[in-house]
Amino acid sequence: MEKFELAGVSLDVEVLGAGPPLLYLHPENYGQLHAPFVARLAESWTVYAPRHPGFDGRRPPADFRQVGDIAYLYLDLLGRLGLDSAAVLGASFGGWVALEMAVREPARLAALSLIAPLGVKLGGRDDRDFADLSALPDDEAAGCLFVGTPPDLGTFTEAELIAVARDRQFLAYYGWKPYLHNPSLARWLHRVTAPVHLIWGEADRFVAPGLGEGLASRLLDGRLDLVPGAGHYPQIERLDATIAALAAGPCAGVGG
Amino acid sequence: MKVWHFSEMAYHPGWEELGSSLRNVVPSRVYDPEVGADLYHRYLDEWALCDELGLNIMVNEHHTTATCTTSVCTIPIAILARETKKARLLCLGMPIANRMDAVRVAEEYAMIDVISRGRLEMGFVKGAPFEVSPANSNPATLMERFWEAHDLILQALTTHDGPFNWEGQHFQYRQVNVWPRPYQQPHPPVWMTVASPGSAAEGGARGHVIASLNTGYLRTPDIFESYRKAAAGAGREATRDRFAYLAIVGVGETDEEGKRRAHQILDYSRTTPRAAAQFWFPPGYTANEVTAQKLHNRSPLMIPLRDGGEFEMQTGTVDEFVNAGVAFAGNPDTVFEQIKEFNEHVGGLGHLLMMGQGGHISHEDTVGNLTLFSQEVLPRLAAL
Repeated sequence: MEKFELAGVSLDVEVLGAGPPLLYLHPENYGQLHAPFVARLAESWTVYAPRHPGFDGRRPPADFRQVGDIAYLYLDLLGRLGLDSAAVLGASFGGWVALEMAVREPARLAALSLIAPLGVKLGGRDDRDFADLSALPDDEAAGCLFVGTPPDLGTFTEAELIAVARDRQFLAYYGWKPYLHNPSLARWLHRVTAPVHLIWGEADRFVAPGLGEGLASRLLDGRLDLVPGAGHYPQIERLDATIAALAAGPCAGVGG
Repeated sequence: MKVWHFSEMAYHPGWEELGSSLRNVVPSRVYDPEVGADLYHRYLDEWALCDELGLNIMVNEHHTTATCTTSVCTIPIAILARETKKARLLCLGMPIANRMDAVRVAEEYAMIDVISRGRLEMGFVKGAPFEVSPANSNPATLMERFWEAHDLILQALTTHDGPFNWEGQHFQYRQVNVWPRPYQQPHPPVWMTVASPGSAAEGGARGHVIASLNTGYLRTPDIFESYRKAAAGAGREATRDRFAYLAIVGVGETDEEGKRRAHQILDYSRTTPRAAAQFWFPPGYTANEVTAQKLHNRSPLMIPLRDGGEFEMQTGTVDEFVNAGVAFAGNPDTVFEQIKEFNEHVGGLGHLLMMGQGGHISHEDTVGNLTLFSQEVLPRLAAL
């Protein structure tokens, strides 16, 4: 674990693997269930995996409340790491952060792979682009995220359960209202000049159907791959297929 | 000891049809406005009666629920400000972290205080977890919003030299200038509901009145003690009038009649847990260590008995609620002795918040309950 101080924010960054650099921005839930995915990434890339402020157990500074703040923090991190033209992989909430980085400093990012990113709402005011998970019974909420058997919280350690509660707390902290999106982000997607590879579980019921296609069509160089047999986290439910999709995507072609 | 009559203005006719969940997701087609109008007028009549009986008045608010149709606490209080002459009027309270316009709260309170000629008591409450969803307030920042609203409202009520600027984290106004100014100076008394020693300490540090709701024999002493310590730490004296306790009260000519009335009112307590599980732990509303334990283990709400046992809130009997110190029930002598004993146990109460109406109790029984209480119990409580 490497530690950084950036703009007054303490940041823990896990660095693992070997190969060209890849900034990996984690999603909002079930940290330990994504560990096998990160391990597989490390077989092909040098993975830089920061833990988002708040999700890391520290209280973010009082003026650090927007996903855009996380984006600026990681742009600073890229500078500190000396990565001028980086490949960025973001999943769900992490994908939202990646998009916010890309519209701010498009030239800094060489390629983006986004797994079911949050952050952009394309539906109308009556449409739920993102299922209201906290208002759904547990089994229905799990059914939005997983097409197969969802994680059994009964098997989680106490520390893992506390992490689940904390992850939900900070997803709310950054994304409660407007719900899981930045209302002006869709307007600026044309600024993203890097190729953007969208990877989406075919049976994702957390995010509204069609959002992936809508995003791809608004990007200058966007393409969408669907992963069969997966919900919102294909990297958990279809690990091999997700790794294969990434290996065939733009992040694979970015040198160190 | 002052006594305050409290009712949630329940829409109990809908309870059977709604089944296991009475909150958040319940369709309003179940609500018959003609029946509801009769109920509103009935509950207001019962509060108005308190003015003649020497009882004070307490209202609260909840949202999207058949358990409580007071969705705006200042509306019944505004009506009663005009309709009553003597009773003090307690709003307990205003969920200020869920009200997006804090200056409007100050205006509502100031106006009611003037109309009532200084009879308002201002409650500021965190709000129950299932109130987060109707308000769509961010649960992860709820308490910082609560305290910012608290500070802004008090500054708005006590600034009389024209506008001031407020650009906080959660509220931004460039010209705060509330009219009217309140009748009571510097402002109406502030009350907070508390459920833990931690929240009681916050009240103690500020000298506010704290109201502990249904916390019974086991939990209340620690809560009050925490207040006393925090008050002492802030150089304040924790006088008896700083402590309030809410309980269900059923009085009858006989123990049987008093218990029957309490049994009917206790459907308030028994319906409280009837909310869908996902609304109990909004993200960040409760400490993560507590939420973590509940993520996969949604145990029913339990109430501790005096002897260390416990019972399920949704199915408890009158005797269990009385044992726990959550209800006082019986003939006037019995009820007085129960209140006296509880009062001594917690180190002195300044206020009994008496739920004299709730659940399925009829208007006639409510009037009988309030009247008998005011005639036979209230005079004896004055000496406590």
